[in-house]
Amino acid sequence: MSEYTINILQREMNQTSVKNTTHIDLLGLSPEILLKWYDEMLLIRRFEEKCAQLYGMGKIGGFCHLYNGQEAIATGSIGAITPDDYVITAYRDHGLAISKGLDPRRILAELLGKSTGTTKGKGGSMHLFSREKNFLGGHAIVGGHIPLAAGAAFASKYLDEKRVCLCFMGDGATNIGEFHEALNLASLWKLPVIYIIENNKYGMGTAVDRASAVDALHLKAAAYNMRNQVIEEGHNVLKVYQSVNAAVAHARRTYEPSLLEVQTFRYRGHSMSDPIHGHYRTKEEVEAQKKLDPLTMFAEILTDANLASESYFDSAEERVKIIVDECVAFTENSPEPPLEELYTDIYAE
Amino acid sequence: MATKILMPKLSDTMAEGVILKWLKKEGEKVKQGETLVEIESDKADMELEAYDSGVLRKILVPEGGKAGIGAPIGIIAGVNEDITGLLNETMPIPQKPQTKEAASPTTLPPSLSHLGTPSIATDDHVKASPLAKRLAVENKIELRSISGTGPQGRIIKRDIEPLIDGKKTISAKVPVSIIPGGHRDMELSLIRKTIAKRMQESKQTVPHFYVTVEIDMDPVISFREQLNSATDSKISFTDILVKAAASTLMRHPNINATYLGNTMRQFGEAHIAVAVALDEGLVTPVLRNCEQKTILQINSELHDLAERARSRRLKPEEYQGATFTISNLGMFGVEDFVAIVNPPEGAILAVGSIIEKPVVKKGQIVIVHTMKVTLSSDHRIIDGAVAARFLQDLKILIEKPVALML
Amino acid sequence: MPVVSYREALNQAMDEEMARDERVYLMGEEVAQYNGAYKVSQGLLAKYGPKRIIDTPIAEAGFTGIGIGSAMVGLRPIVEFMSWNFSLVAFDQIVNNAAKMLSMSGGNFNVPIVFRGPGGAAHNLAATHSQALESLYAHFPGLKVVMPSNPRDAKGLLKTAIRDNNPVIFIESEVMYGEKGEIPDGEYTIPFGSGEIVREGKDVTIVSWSKILQHITAKAVNRLAEEDINVELIDPRTIRPMDWELIFNSVKKTNRLVIVEEGWPFAGVGAQISHEVSNHCFDFLDAPIERVTQEDVPLPYAHNLEIASLPNIQKVIRAVRKVMYLD
Repeated sequence: MSEYTINILQREMNQTSVKNTTHIDLLGLSPEILLKWYDEMLLIRRFEEKCAQLYGMGKIGGFCHLYNGQEAIATGSIGAITPDDYVITAYRDHGLAISKGLDPRRILAELLGKSTGTTKGKGGSMHLFSREKNFLGGHAIVGGHIPLAAGAAFASKYLDEKRVCLCFMGDGATNIGEFHEALNLASLWKLPVIYIIENNKYGMGTAVDRASAVDALHLKAAAYNMRNQVIEEGHNVLKVYQSVNAAVAHARRTYEPSLLEVQTFRYRGHSMSDPIHGHYRTKEEVEAQKKLDPLTMFAEILTDANLASESYFDSAEERVKIIVDECVAFTENSPEPPLEELYTDIYAE
Repeated sequence: MATKILMPKLSDTMAEGVILKWLKKEGEKVKQGETLVEIESDKADMELEAYDSGVLRKILVPEGGKAGIGAPIGIIAGVNEDITGLLNETMPIPQKPQTKEAASPTTLPPSLSHLGTPSIATDDHVKASPLAKRLAVENKIELRSISGTGPQGRIIKRDIEPLIDGKKTISAKVPVSIIPGGHRDMELSLIRKTIAKRMQESKQTVPHFYVTVEIDMDPVISFREQLNSATDSKISFTDILVKAAASTLMRHPNINATYLGNTMRQFGEAHIAVAVALDEGLVTPVLRNCEQKTILQINSELHDLAERARSRRLKPEEYQGATFTISNLGMFGVEDFVAIVNPPEGAILAVGSIIEKPVVKKGQIVIVHTMKVTLSSDHRIIDGAVAARFLQDLKILIEKPVALML
Repeated sequence: MPVVSYREALNQAMDEEMARDERVYLMGEEVAQYNGAYKVSQGLLAKYGPKRIIDTPIAEAGFTGIGIGSAMVGLRPIVEFMSWNFSLVAFDQIVNNAAKMLSMSGGNFNVPIVFRGPGGAAHNLAATHSQALESLYAHFPGLKVVMPSNPRDAKGLLKTAIRDNNPVIFIESEVMYGEKGEIPDGEYTIPFGSGEIVREGKDVTIVSWSKILQHITAKAVNRLAEEDINVELIDPRTIRPMDWELIFNSVKKTNRLVIVEEGWPFAGVGAQISHEVSNHCFDFLDAPIERVTQEDVPLPYAHNLEIASLPNIQKVIRAVRKVMYLD
């Protein structure tokens, strides 16, 4: 999360007493981190809901792909790396950007095309970037970013930097040429990239079994002699963290890449133009998946471990609401980019 | 806090939605995140969730009703909260989909290719390369008088170049004297001797004074165009000037006059001499009774006289007997000059070139074509005011050339 | 001054720049152990090792993307396409990632990468191995397009390309690799956007580049000189940025323009030059602008058809005589 987000959460949390001081280890993670993870996933959820509302009001234009239901993947994966490591993804990037530390106020400003946005209003929802936070985008061509991830890993190895690159993609991207070329090269040249398939079961409106000859997507790595694993409980942030952490450690030690498949679900349509259900998903299917809400699941885990209770979760809602409201206010007070911006950043000096 | 439920934008091309089904009734409790209503967009049937918790106090658009994006469709508030304020707000007009006006014009200028290139000169149907057109304008060469050797008669550079006066090219070389030895003696021709004698006599005996006016030539330029569209002949400005001068002289007999010592003879006919330059000197063939002739007749006669003057075939009576002379140096780019009265005439009109320039008219700067004319007069019979009035009338006539038809 | 071949000039450029900056590396099919399909990278593997001279599998989209990704985070790759025809399978990476990254990321990530290789027709290589694609790449803002026609320009321009912080499309020609020419001694670079007047003249301006300039246009110009037609021959050297001022000044002097290029006529580079010249030099043109281009067909295999399809000396002479209103 960004310094801004952490500051707000810290400030608000200090005003709430932690119910139980018993120190229980969950995968060696401190209560502080675990509670932060809850807050982060809740922030992503409420942020995305605000995006939906703003899109409905016509303030966000174009395409908008929401992360509701997949929060555990962002938090669990990025929880396993350091700020020096690279993250790159496709266009469902708001949640990952928030996890990686981009200021959510500037993310929302970018979505509304304001000059204070992460990319000066010139990228939009699908093109969030931050060199400072090592967030390599935000890409709109399916599979187009997959070789770029291998390239970032290549540079890290070339420069002896020990960084890894986490590359997120959808299930649909595993069928396109660049996926295969990149995986082959990453395995052949031993590049420290961890490919993470966020398998939410549908490539837009097409179910996985209608698009891929192989249902178990992680097995495609076998064609490239690549270490691979499936995480069936993609709604469980701890399971995600565990697997990604192991893959990252392996890459740092051996430079070898991994292909991870996280089974998950998105509660909203593919994009804002796509219905939640009725088209290619039944209402029952969506409702059933809502029972595996990463937020409720993690709340249960925290409660069972005596780390938090109802009042904590309520206070988290309030903390997050402050942040989201501030994001909206910041954005509304920000100007559009001046017309001169049209001609900047075309060529570097 | 009472909030309005607005019709959401459910696809990037949606303009308005239809309410399919309200999943809550008026008065029912609503929790944030609960599905509230089903809406039909242009792409699919979508659900709208409540953004706030409270009670659904009012349904503004019933099932089956339509609303534009952003229009209120319901109100959520506390169970006892006063919502009359919200209700009393004028029913909003369904908003048009937000289209941002482009900062720059989005309509492309229509393709002008079918219109062809606007010509610089008034020669609309002449085919000439852009270079040739420019050279023609710069050197005041009439494109219509040139036949082009390019494809389909296109006038091109090699057709114009020979017509450009060699003297106009600025040589970068150091000028070499054309007279070796510093001087040479040339026998004066008869014409030269005659001119020398007459001009000296004029300057020594006739008290000259000079009056200049600047004439707005735009009306006569267009008048001439119209004339030329109605005839195969090429009417020149000189032709029109002769006619205008003749007409004005009829109203100013004290200009169309000569000094006879104790008397002044005023003429009732305008026999106008037009100066023609030859290699050896100047000749002034006379057009008789210009006040009776049409512009076309003046044109044809002048053409004939000038030709015969150049080929030295003028009869004596054709260069004698003028009552007024017009001398035109406009084709050399001369803005204005003063001429010497041709005795026994009372006056001579010196005509300069037509220049495009900015002038002030009614407080505004406009671009017009003007021409200066200078009347040199014999002060023994013509005074300043007399000369000025003549020029004033001449100017008025030339600026309203259609009066020449009356 | 030393005399080297075009390929040696390229080799020297890469060698010097790799010695100068450790972040520069070369990647492509057969560039390392094979010493280059056209021997342009001869000896570099031995000198710099497999970390910096990298053989790739046949996976242009994949390795082009890796090059771009590595350039985003600090390296300065040279990606060799065995021929520019093969770049088309990496087109998405080049035009969607390399060209637009700086703009889309709001200035966060620039891409200092050079894509190089031979382009255009050789002999009997048939349609898919003979394409002149410069106008395709010049179309995209964010890319630079460079086309040296001789060893001196090849070395100077490649060094500049490697030092440029933007993606550069560097198009050579396999037919020119063996041709020799003088190059300056010691360190030198040639800036982009600076064309050269190969031959001064006064009757007509010809703009031409790359191998067509050397093999066709230059020869036609000599033939025309024998007929007393004095051509001013211009090599722009870089297509984007283009040295417009040089071309405009020449046309203002000669009043006539012929463009001789290898690409196809529709929306080719010559079409762009035509537009700019007619816009900026309108009153100086004595004739419409003529182009000599490849015929508007995929290049056939048969030798006689190939010759007929490409620009040749006769076509150039005809075009020049036409703008001069001769015959």
